[in-house]
Amino acid sequence: MALEQFAPAGVMIIIATILAFIILVISRIFGPHRPTFRKNAPYESGMKPIGPAQRRVPVRFYLVAVLFIIFDVEVIFFLPWAVAMRDLGVYGLIVMGVFTLMLIVGFIYEWKKGALEWE
Amino acid sequence: MNRNRLIIGAIVLFVVVFAIVALIANIGGIIEWVGGAIDFLLNPQQRIATIIPCSESDGCKLLHPIVFGVVFALVIVTGFAYTTLLERKIIAWLQQRSGPNRVGPFGLMQPAADAVKLIFKEDIMPDRADKWVYLIAPMVKVIPTLIVLAVVPLGPDIIIPWFDGNWYQVPLGLSDVNVGILWILGITSIATYGIVLAGWSSNNKYAMLGAVRSTAQMISYELSLGLTMAVPVMIVSSMSIGDIIDAQAGSPLNWFVFQNPLAAGLLIIALFAEVSRSPFDLPEAEQELTAGFMTEYSGMKFAMFMMAEYLGMIGVAVIASSLFFGGYHLIPVTAAPIMGPLILIGKVVAFLFLFIWVRATLPRIRYDRLMQFGWKVMLPLALLSVAWTSISVVLGDVSGSPVVYGIVSGIFFVVVVAAGFFFLRESGDPTAEIEDDLADDPVVTGERRGLAWIVLNLVGGLIAIPFALVEMLVKSLESVGKTAQPLSDETAIVPVNTEAAATKSGGD
Repeated sequence: MALEQFAPAGVMIIIATILAFIILVISRIFGPHRPTFRKNAPYESGMKPIGPAQRRVPVRFYLVAVLFIIFDVEVIFFLPWAVAMRDLGVYGLIVMGVFTLMLIVGFIYEWKKGALEWE
Repeated sequence: MNRNRLIIGAIVLFVVVFAIVALIANIGGIIEWVGGAIDFLLNPQQRIATIIPCSESDGCKLLHPIVFGVVFALVIVTGFAYTTLLERKIIAWLQQRSGPNRVGPFGLMQPAADAVKLIFKEDIMPDRADKWVYLIAPMVKVIPTLIVLAVVPLGPDIIIPWFDGNWYQVPLGLSDVNVGILWILGITSIATYGIVLAGWSSNNKYAMLGAVRSTAQMISYELSLGLTMAVPVMIVSSMSIGDIIDAQAGSPLNWFVFQNPLAAGLLIIALFAEVSRSPFDLPEAEQELTAGFMTEYSGMKFAMFMMAEYLGMIGVAVIASSLFFGGYHLIPVTAAPIMGPLILIGKVVAFLFLFIWVRATLPRIRYDRLMQFGWKVMLPLALLSVAWTSISVVLGDVSGSPVVYGIVSGIFFVVVVAAGFFFLRESGDPTAEIEDDLADDPVVTGERRGLAWIVLNLVGGLIAIPFALVEMLVKSLESVGKTAQPLSDETAIVPVNTEAAATKSGGD
């Protein structure tokens, strides 16, 4: 019953997919196709490409991803509480305040530890 | 031409002002008459006994998503094309250039010309690319931007006739699901996958760097986005976008931006970062990364990434106006439901103008400052805005009077404004000298750049479109006529006689 609500959105997904597919096919039909070795080489400002590009990324990005997971879970906890907030009243506010306080303590720890610095 | 345009603009403006004055003088009678007429046309309960709601008819339930989805997709893709023109025109205007003005009157056919050009460009497949991922990435980027608005009602229900003779009450939105906020958060996150896949599969160093940067940026600002999106949910106690919009009906003072301006501002900044518009356009920082994750893409695949960017702009404009700026409510729209989408389009254009204005004004932010701003400024402020609304709403509910809500909310407002004022005053550089070079200032040079000049030119330009079209037609007909002329002695090509030419020029 509840999933029935999403059926029109599913139709929209199909329409959007068809539209994107049409765009790809149009350029395949009308565009020229004359590949050469130099044209198909990876662009590196006119130099010969050196080595593979799919190499390791700096560890800072990994740290950002981990912090994101923690706080995104917090956001996901916030949203159901936000719907029920007016019913839960002061009790819900205090419980959520304690939950947020713990996260804020962790946030301050991260900040002081230097996890948020980008150098 | 310019002078004529100004004169025509002045005359039309005078007529418009006169008409507005006349309208204001007779506003009561006119509203009654127009309301009656529109009621008769669009709300025909008087004429028709049975109006079938769409949810009670199987045929309507089947057809409505398909028809609405196709129309919506076509409209929004056209909107994307003209957003590019709007951006180029407005930036040209802000930089005192002309902008595109060659293809059609005022460059109005420029988007079509661009599309045709891109269709006939070669679609390069790099040798080292991962073929299937490389093909799928633009689709993954563009599809979420098309479907994110499926949960947003674009207007109140309208009543339309159908070929079977019945009148149907159809909603102006695909499906107003009860978890609309979660849908928006989830679908906008999928677009990140498009960027990552594009950057990784291109096997290009610029593309890889752009993709990794862009991902880190998006997930950093998504936290503030999610937290500020919770603010309207708290006030309304519902995650349905329709409920949030309807709670802001009535006067513009009911908009949630007046209940929590901090959250509205943070939401707009986070949305800027989410669609990576300037000043957060790090993924496409052309000075450092060529074109970021789009480096290896050409032809229509490149156009799809541009399409995703501009459709994203339109999408976040709709989302921001729905959550904090009243959606399709400005004036009461119950009498004329068709006004709803028009008001929404007006708000979207206002937001697009804001996006473009910011792009023309602010320089790009440095990457470490971008991350620090996202984590050290946006996130604590977003938590503060959540605390603001939650504490004042709960205290207002407990005490049972809206006065308490107003007082607590006002205290938060004063605290935020005062803290922001003191913090920003300390962080500013008091020794910085003010530039007093006014040589280029329009006020000093006397250039005509005032508001009245803009309005006159705009009105005159709009009036001039049909004239320009007729002029273009006449010119093209003339040139067609010239080609059909018979060859006479004067126009015939004669072999060049150097001696005769020399004597002729000498004689002259």
